[in-house]
Amino acid sequence: MKYKINFILNNENVEHEVEANRTLLKVLREDFDLTGAKEGCGLGECGACTILVDGRPVNACMMLGIEADGKEILTIEGLSNGTKLDELQLSFVNNGALQCGYCTPGMIMSAKGLLKENATPTEDEVKEAISGNLCRCTGYKKIVEAIMEVVENNK
Amino acid sequence: MKYVGTSVNRVDGIKKVTGDLKYVDDLKFPRMLYAAVKRSTRPHAKIIHIDISKAEKLPGVKVITTGKDFPKRVGLYLEDKNFLAVDKVRYMGEAVAAVAAETEEIAHEAVKLIEIEYEDLPIVTNALDAMKEDAPLIHPDLGTYKYASVFAPKPDTNISNHYKVRKGDVEEAFKKADYIFENDFYVPHIQHCPIENHSAIASVDREGSLTVWASCQSPYAVRLALSVAFDIPLNKIRVLSPAVGGGFGSKAGTTLEGIVIPLAMKSKGRPVKLTFSRKDEFINSFVRQGMHSKFKTGVMKNGKIIAIKDQYVWDGGAYTEYGVNITKAAGFAAVGPYDIENIWCDSYCVYTNHPVGGPYRGFGMSEIQFGIERNMNIIANELGIDPIEIRRINAQKVGGRTATNAPIDTCGLLDCLDQVLEDFDPNEKVESLSPNKVRAKGIAFGMKAPSMPNNVASSAIVRLNEDGTAYLLVSAQDIGQGSDTALTQFAAEVLSIPPEKITIKTGDTDHTPYEWQTVASRITYCAGNSVINACEDAKAQLLELASLKLGIYKRDLKLEDGYVVSTIYPDKKVAIADLSLGLTMPDGSGIHGPIIGRGVFIPPNVKDHDHETGLGDKPVAYWTYGCQGVDIEVDTQTGNIKVLNVVSSFDVGKVVNPTLVEGQIEGAIVQGIGSALWEELKFKDGKPLNPSFVDYKIPTANDMPEMIIKFIENEEKTGPFGARGVSEPAMIPSAPAIANALCDALGITINSLPLTPEKVLNAMKEKNNK
Repeated sequence: MKYKINFILNNENVEHEVEANRTLLKVLREDFDLTGAKEGCGLGECGACTILVDGRPVNACMMLGIEADGKEILTIEGLSNGTKLDELQLSFVNNGALQCGYCTPGMIMSAKGLLKENATPTEDEVKEAISGNLCRCTGYKKIVEAIMEVVENNK
Repeated sequence: MKYVGTSVNRVDGIKKVTGDLKYVDDLKFPRMLYAAVKRSTRPHAKIIHIDISKAEKLPGVKVITTGKDFPKRVGLYLEDKNFLAVDKVRYMGEAVAAVAAETEEIAHEAVKLIEIEYEDLPIVTNALDAMKEDAPLIHPDLGTYKYASVFAPKPDTNISNHYKVRKGDVEEAFKKADYIFENDFYVPHIQHCPIENHSAIASVDREGSLTVWASCQSPYAVRLALSVAFDIPLNKIRVLSPAVGGGFGSKAGTTLEGIVIPLAMKSKGRPVKLTFSRKDEFINSFVRQGMHSKFKTGVMKNGKIIAIKDQYVWDGGAYTEYGVNITKAAGFAAVGPYDIENIWCDSYCVYTNHPVGGPYRGFGMSEIQFGIERNMNIIANELGIDPIEIRRINAQKVGGRTATNAPIDTCGLLDCLDQVLEDFDPNEKVESLSPNKVRAKGIAFGMKAPSMPNNVASSAIVRLNEDGTAYLLVSAQDIGQGSDTALTQFAAEVLSIPPEKITIKTGDTDHTPYEWQTVASRITYCAGNSVINACEDAKAQLLELASLKLGIYKRDLKLEDGYVVSTIYPDKKVAIADLSLGLTMPDGSGIHGPIIGRGVFIPPNVKDHDHETGLGDKPVAYWTYGCQGVDIEVDTQTGNIKVLNVVSSFDVGKVVNPTLVEGQIEGAIVQGIGSALWEELKFKDGKPLNPSFVDYKIPTANDMPEMIIKFIENEEKTGPFGARGVSEPAMIPSAPAIANALCDALGITINSLPLTPEKVLNAMKEKNNK
């Protein structure tokens, strides 16, 4: 059985029908072809599927599609304005804060969630905020530097 | 140089930060089916019967395949594996049958309905036991398997390769030695854990042509394996690797592609997709082999080591088609980065009822050098010599010899040590701020060569466009290491056009030219040379045409910022764009045609070793050397270790892109910390116990130490602009450096990884009881 839900997806109102047992990650990837959020573990352990729900970072694999009803959802695809990149995206590119790129969308969305809540976090707070996002390539150093550069620029 | 040596931004950066880059699991095709795999619940058993009747009846199920459909064995170096088990299973989790269905859910449901009758066989899960004469044979037909001639499987045993080094006379040297030391070490199975799980999609059209999209490091190696397995000519197979979300070796060779293709062959033209779950990724992609090492070392009073007799026993798991070469690589580096006159080394690849061992960042070097570098510190401590001093005494140096007796003409090892010591004082005592914690420092070396067959080939094509921009075509895969960017920099340098005017295309066997594999830290070196050669070829064509156009000798022309320019009269020039399609003559006729540069490369003069002695003058293209110093804090009450500071130096020959190579080293250090402190894929009687990120912890941002990354640039004469590979070597010293710091500071001995709190506390207790 499908349920009708209404939510804001990347700044647009959408109406959608969804089975009760499907995760929001599957709904985004399969129904909306928004494949920026990745499934790395399906258990909420790796953070590759991180999106913003009402401005806060959430593992989309741990949330059901129907729970999106009435919520504002932002995925990596909605973060940039056309070809104009978000400051975090730019900083990741300029600081070499990515390698294979598979964790990158989730990592950036976690950082975005942090900066929405706290525009001037310390380096330790940044590390804590992204500690749920696993990256096997970078060793995290340049990721933290990229986020801190945005923090410094906004001070 | 204008572009090589600068931190050009990653050419794939914007696609990756926007989520625009499509990885295999992001692809979706019309009428696509979804696959699931029935896996063995037994570590070693005969397959008596497979009953698919219930699964077949489930609505939405389209195809079911078993090993009997394609029983031909395949393998990169030793043909010992089937994509689906035939007649028997050899590890728990092995693929036995596969289903393609309308949805993933139906496919998984159908898999549950497949019933398999097994007859259990005796198991062996310890490589040392598996070498014994009465051990159950995992591959009784090993003697009939095909293999590459440099390997030495032993029929009627579980030994799928025995590599030996016989250099000098160890027994005679042991008699002369002032001291003899004997030490054993063990490193467990670990998992690569790329964040992208393996994924493949296969489609077969009505001509019988096969197209495969795979998250693979090596499209051409996959194409060849599939051609052999399924008897399809190479021109009817197209392998695409659109993007790879991390590899570290796990996506080398061929894994799940062979499962999905038989399904696609029977699905009447419908594409079939298979994506591994994280649990599959832990068990069914290659694992890093467990390894038992032991060393007998003969040392003189002054710290000079005169003989080492060592043995490496590799737990190769159920299939060792790839693992046999790790055994050989270990032999080439039998005593690590030390120059030892007398060496006796036996390296054995051994079958067990464990998951399939295979390439993992370092290709055996992290495993053997954990023991080698611990052994050095143990000996230094026993002799009362500084661990750094004993390394200086025995280090490989220019003019010395490697384990295979190859002459050493370039070696930056001690340069790296000295560079680390500029920022790292091993003798500086730092008090911890907490009374229960102890600060400790340790150091270790690392060395690695590209482990690949002697004659592996690379190729590149460069095509100039009408406006002076260019396409660069290679099949080297950017798996995160940044090869797309580095190769673009090489092309930019030779052609003297900015990187943003060059678009690199990779990973499509129908359209991008041959590359053996993206492994062995060989891409900057091998593919890099082919790119330079392709661009030199294009440049020669441009100079030829410009010479005609300008009436200037070729030797007096050069490429500069998009022009062919006279070196004598700088105002005499012609735009590359104007020559890109050929040259128009004064009478309006045209000559030559489009500029297309072609470049190929095979590492020069790498030759087979002697089979009996393991010796050879040039068994590898080059060695990369480095050193790492670590500063850790140990909690003596909990046994927890925190790595605080790391200083790394590697001799990379030439820093092609500072930001990218720093990123490789930083990532390698942190991956090394994971392998040192926590990572172990655990088994009980062949059953994997922790195949998830819940139970198998990899480092997070909170575990990152402060890192100082430094480089030595001793040119590699055959390297592109002098560069050599470093992405794997950088991980090697992390674990032994941490273990050395821990053991030396607390006066304890732990000779296995990982350095768990339990082991630390037990070792401290043992010391206190003495």
